[in-house]
Formats: sequence, C-alpha cells, structure tokens
Amino acid sequence: MEPLVEPKPTTAGTLAATQDLFTNFYTFEGVVRALNGVSVVIRHGETYGLVGESGCGKSVTVRSLMRIVQAPGRIDSGKILLFLNEANRTRGIEIVDRTEAYMESIRGCDISMIFQEPGAALNPVMSVLDQVGESYRFHRMQQMIDETLARLQESRSAMRPADPRRALRRLQAALLRAERAGYARYAARVARIDNELYQLEDRQDEKARDRKRSLNHARDRTWPHGGGASVARRVPILRRYRRPLDAIIRGHVVELLRSLGIPNPENVVQRYPHELSGGMQQRIVIAMALACHPTLLVADEPTSNLDVTIQAQIVELIKELKRTSISSVLFITHDLGLVAEVCDRVTVMYAGDVSETASVRELFREPLHPYTVGLLASVPKAEQQEELSMIPGAVPNLIRPPQGCRFHPRCPKRMEICEREKPATVEHEPGHWVACHLYPGNGRSAQ
Amino acid sequence: METKTDQSHLKAMHPRLRELLFTLRRFMKNPLSVIGLSLVVIFGLIALLAPVLQPPKYADPYKIPHTGFRAQPSPPSAEHPLGTMQQQYDMLYGLVWGTRSAFRIGVAVVAANLLIGIVLGLLAGYFGGALDEIIMRITDIFFAMPFLVVAMALVVAVGRGLKAVVIVLIILGWPSYTRVLRSDILVTRGKDFILAARASGASHLRIMFTHILPNALYSVLILASLNIGTTILTAAALSFLGLGSETGTADWGQIISLCRGWILGTAGNPFAYWYVVFIPGFVISLFVLGWNLMGDAVRDVFDPRMRRR
Repeated sequence: MEPLVEPKPTTAGTLAATQDLFTNFYTFEGVVRALNGVSVVIRHGETYGLVGESGCGKSVTVRSLMRIVQAPGRIDSGKILLFLNEANRTRGIEIVDRTEAYMESIRGCDISMIFQEPGAALNPVMSVLDQVGESYRFHRMQQMIDETLARLQESRSAMRPADPRRALRRLQAALLRAERAGYARYAARVARIDNELYQLEDRQDEKARDRKRSLNHARDRTWPHGGGASVARRVPILRRYRRPLDAIIRGHVVELLRSLGIPNPENVVQRYPHELSGGMQQRIVIAMALACHPTLLVADEPTSNLDVTIQAQIVELIKELKRTSISSVLFITHDLGLVAEVCDRVTVMYAGDVSETASVRELFREPLHPYTVGLLASVPKAEQQEELSMIPGAVPNLIRPPQGCRFHPRCPKRMEICEREKPATVEHEPGHWVACHLYPGNGRSAQ
Repeated sequence: METKTDQSHLKAMHPRLRELLFTLRRFMKNPLSVIGLSLVVIFGLIALLAPVLQPPKYADPYKIPHTGFRAQPSPPSAEHPLGTMQQQYDMLYGLVWGTRSAFRIGVAVVAANLLIGIVLGLLAGYFGGALDEIIMRITDIFFAMPFLVVAMALVVAVGRGLKAVVIVLIILGWPSYTRVLRSDILVTRGKDFILAARASGASHLRIMFTHILPNALYSVLILASLNIGTTILTAAALSFLGLGSETGTADWGQIISLCRGWILGTAGNPFAYWYVVFIPGFVISLFVLGWNLMGDAVRDVFDPRMRRR
C-alpha cells in the first residue's frame, strides 16, 4: 500500500514535510503510540498552525521534525524531508537516517525553536550573554572570527610602530587565523560528506548502504581542528587570546536583543534568567532562536504561559519577525483565536492523527472533520446566549488507542466503518484535506 | 542610601570581579559560615606553620618526640603545654603536625573521590541504559558492605600505614558521590532548557559539561566539603583500631589510639587523665565542625538559583 501522503511535498515551495510519521514512546506501562502516521507540509514563506487539544501530538510532531524526541521516545517509521535551499528544492533531504552531528548543524541554524515556558527553557546558571551567544558559537564561528580579525587589524594599525602591544595583537591574530582555518576545513569536509550522502539517499543497494554508513561515521568524527589554537583555547590563561572574539559576539548579542525591543541590552546580557520578567525571558528565548536567521521558526505554544498583554506583545513580535527576518513559522497552539490571527494554513490534530488541513479562511468557513466542527463550536463567543457546546469524552489513552479512526468514540457522526478502518486523507476541495469516512475519496485521494 | 552608593560603584567594575565581591559579601553576612571559614583557615595556618610552631626534633617531622618511656600520661606543664601521652609523647607537637596529616588525608581522599564520582555519575546519569545499570549496581554492592569492616580488611590487604588508609578510603568513598550526582543529572536532564540547548544545536559533550554539570554539581560539592571532616573521622577510627599509622606518628587517630587505655581514669577518679581524651577529641570535633559549616555556606553562596532573592 502506498503511504498516505497529504499534499505531495514536491508541490511548489515546500520547506519541510513529514510523511507518515510514527513516533512511539516505550514506557513501563506500554508503548504510547503518540504519532500515528502524521503527514504535514510546511511551505516557504507561510505561517503554519498546528492545533489540537493537549496530548494530541503537536509537540511530538515538531520534536520529531527536529529529531529531539526525548527518551524513551523514538521515531519508528516515516520520512522527514527538508527543502532548505536551491540545491535541494526539488528533492528534499531525508533526515531520519542522518547522524546526530548533521542534525546539530541544522538545529538552531536552519530550524530553531521557541519553547512554551520561557522560565524553564533558559539555563539558570548561564547568563543571557552566554546562552544567546551559544547560537553564534555553534553556527557562525567563521563569520565571528573574520569580524574579530578585522577589528584586530584596525586596532593594530592605530598603534604606533614601536608599541609592544602590536606583537601581542599579532599573536592573537595568528591563533584566531588558525582557528578560522580549522573551521573552514571542517566546513568544506562536512559539505563534501553531506553532499555525497544526499546523492546516495535514494539508493538502497548493499554498496550504497556501506558507503552511507562510513560517511555517517566520518561525519560524526569530523571536528573543527584549529591546530595549536584548539589547545590554547582550553588552557586557562592562554584562552585570553579569544577575548576580542568574545567582545564581537557580545556586540552581536546586544544588537540582537536591541532589535527585539529589549531596553538597555548592555545591562540585560549580564543578567541571569531569574532576574528577568516572563515577557523578557520569552524575548531572550526568541533571541536564541533567531540569532542565526533560521529558515523555519518553530513556536511551541510560545504565549500560553504569559499574561495577556505580554501575549499580545510576543505575538506581534513574531508577526513582525515573520515579515522582516524569517521565512516560515510553525505555530503550535490550542488557541483558535490565535490561529485565526497569525496563521495562513492550519492542521488540526487529534490523538496523533492529522484530522484536517486547510487554509485558515477555509477551515473557519467550512470545517469538514467532526472534530474540527466540535472544536470551533466550543470556542466561547461574545454574543453567545445558550450553553457552551463541548466535545464529550476526553483524549484517549494512547497506549491502547481506539481502533480505526481514533476519534470515533467521541464522534457525533460515528458510522460502523469508523471502528474498523483508519480513514484515508483525501483532498475534498483543492487545498482542503480531511481524514474522515464522511468524505470518501473522490478520485483525488492520496491512495 | 549607603547600599545605593555601593551598587553604583559595583556597576563600574568588571562583571567577574563584581560577582566575586557579591559572593564574598553574602558569605560574610552569615555568622555560621564565617565561623566555619575561620576554623578551616586557622587549621590551615596551623598546618602551614607547623615547622615554625613546633620545630621537628627528628629527620622525619611526623615522628612525635618523646621524653622517656613512662606509661602514665602527664598533665599539662611548662615543658609540655598540653601534657603528654602514654610513653611521654608530646601532645601539642602531635596535634600540630597531625593537622598536616589531616589535611593530607582529607584533601587527597575527597579530591580523588570527587573525580571518580563525577566521571562515573556523569556517564551513568547522562547516557543511562546499560552503562547506568552497571555503574549503579556496582555502587549498590559498595553500599551493601559494612564500611568499617571492609575498610579494615582492605587496609590489612594493602599493607598498613597512612598511605594504605588513604588508598582504601578512595576505593570505598566514591559511590556516594556517584549516586548523588547521577540523581541530580537525571533531574536536570529532563529540564526544558536541555531540550532548548539541543534545539539550538548543542552537542552531547557541550550539553553534558556546560548545561547539565554546572546545574547538578552543587549537592556533590556540598557533600565533598562535608566529607572532608567525615573522612578524617574514619581515618582516625582506623588509626584508633591500630590499622593506620605506626605508633608515635603525628596523626590524630594515632594520638587517640595512644590514649585509649587512659580513657577510664583511675579507680575513684574517672577524670584523672581528662586531658588525653578531651584535648585531641576537641580538636577533631572543631576540624569536622569547621568543614561542615563551610559546606553549608558553600551551597548558599555558589548556587545562582538561591541568590539575589
């Protein structure tokens, strides 16, 4: 059987896609089937919403997408495709089998994430400068060192020729250049490995598999060696040669915080997380995510733990950033009002299944899936007179999920087939996909 | 007003220096930590200045000089300010040079324990799985054995003397550190900020050493500073049982061992030889108390989560 694939990921402008993703958690009580074949497609330049009750698998979906599912969770099958740049626009990079080292180079650089609870997402023993600066240290070292070398050159030429500090500056520059060369060699090698892996991706024969294994191994072992500098940067007093570099990174962090509307950033960078307010903490978390200008920003319920005024500020900030500096935003929330406000397209999830995917306008105008209908009906309205409607029952225990359609025990339009068969995802109207037996395939089903 | 001017003058300094001053000020505010610190510093000075305070009489300074072989201890006098022990060993000399032995034992044992404990605890806590299972079962085995009995057996096996005591205490001491660190790492590992660090591209090593370890290290450091005192007590116990240093070595346990026959005094006068029991016991208690108070203070001061509230 062909996997159920919601809009073919090759349709123009796809940025990231999951295909038939199964993520399970192996707990003592049993296997929690958290994702039951989830397929979503995020396009370049859109704000994509992921909606559902708590425990429906929204967070697990994005964590799978970034491959940061925590133990005892595991991605058991399915594909995750990334179409990050021109070179792989037509055929995505399959990242499920890539090594951890490869994922580290993607995370925080091409895809980054904002967490739900800003207080918990910041390390209590690291200052703001160290935490935001990490992003630059992980992904932008070459640029940072280049800027430092330029700064050193400037300060050296401003000195008198006899100034003894010139020799010191020269030594600093030499060490930094050695480090720079190490990073450049590393980048070249890694690019070569990644490219070859990308070429080999579709081949399944014995030889290709062996080659892939050895390439992945090599990828994990590659390290930016900076000659003597790699030793010097670990020795207490010698590591002072990096001070100008630290100053450059500090400058970048301060600028970033300023651009996010944080007052007095020079002071804030020295602070520790608990010294900041919730809204400020969330801005720091956003700064960490934005430092390297990601292509996709994942916002995992970024506002649900903030009070309403701060919520509005943060939502405004994300919308503003969407206009100015990031390509796509994946917005996870359970707040339908927020979805209507910020998103272009939405996917409704229920108990690890995708129920319905449509543009926001379409979804609110004509919800198809009974679950979506129930969700929309249970939003309180200002002029409402009668009692608030609700969906009876609760999200099922995913260790023993209901057979067939996982929503059927709570569904008002339950049919006999729902208990037996999982519904296929069909395109009911152009761009409006639904997985429900009420809408049998009209020839355009993915099957 | 005063605090305000203080703050502004702090602002002008280097942040590291400011942190240090802030830490010290906080430390000094708590009388108990000041007492602990002073005790440790005083003992440290005694250990450092031992050759000046009590110039050695023999080539090996750790041998306590004795004047005669009379069995009964003699009370404090001008010649022997703290009296003498059995066989006329000088108490003051023994206590002063014994401070040196105490530091050598305490610091060596705790440093080695800390190192082993941190490495194993980090591996067990962060990677989990089979490695965790193996390491933790080994610590369980260590905990299941009666400490002093095993220590005695091992000392005899390794071959008596202070060095043997140190080696045995290192072998037996690390499991508690490993256990405490592992549990703290398990707690820290599940925190959101670790996930956030992974989401921003941090490698396993980076997460282990810059994100998890600094958050999980506090209890172990406190345990270490508390254990310096306890280690001395155990070493003294082994010496007391006759397994530590040779007779006449400047070592607190050895001193108590020498005096053990006189604890009961004479018939009708139980406190006849009070000085041979009270003085070394008091010194050991002070030393252990000093480290315990320091341990509490260290926690209060160095944990940024408990600061500036």
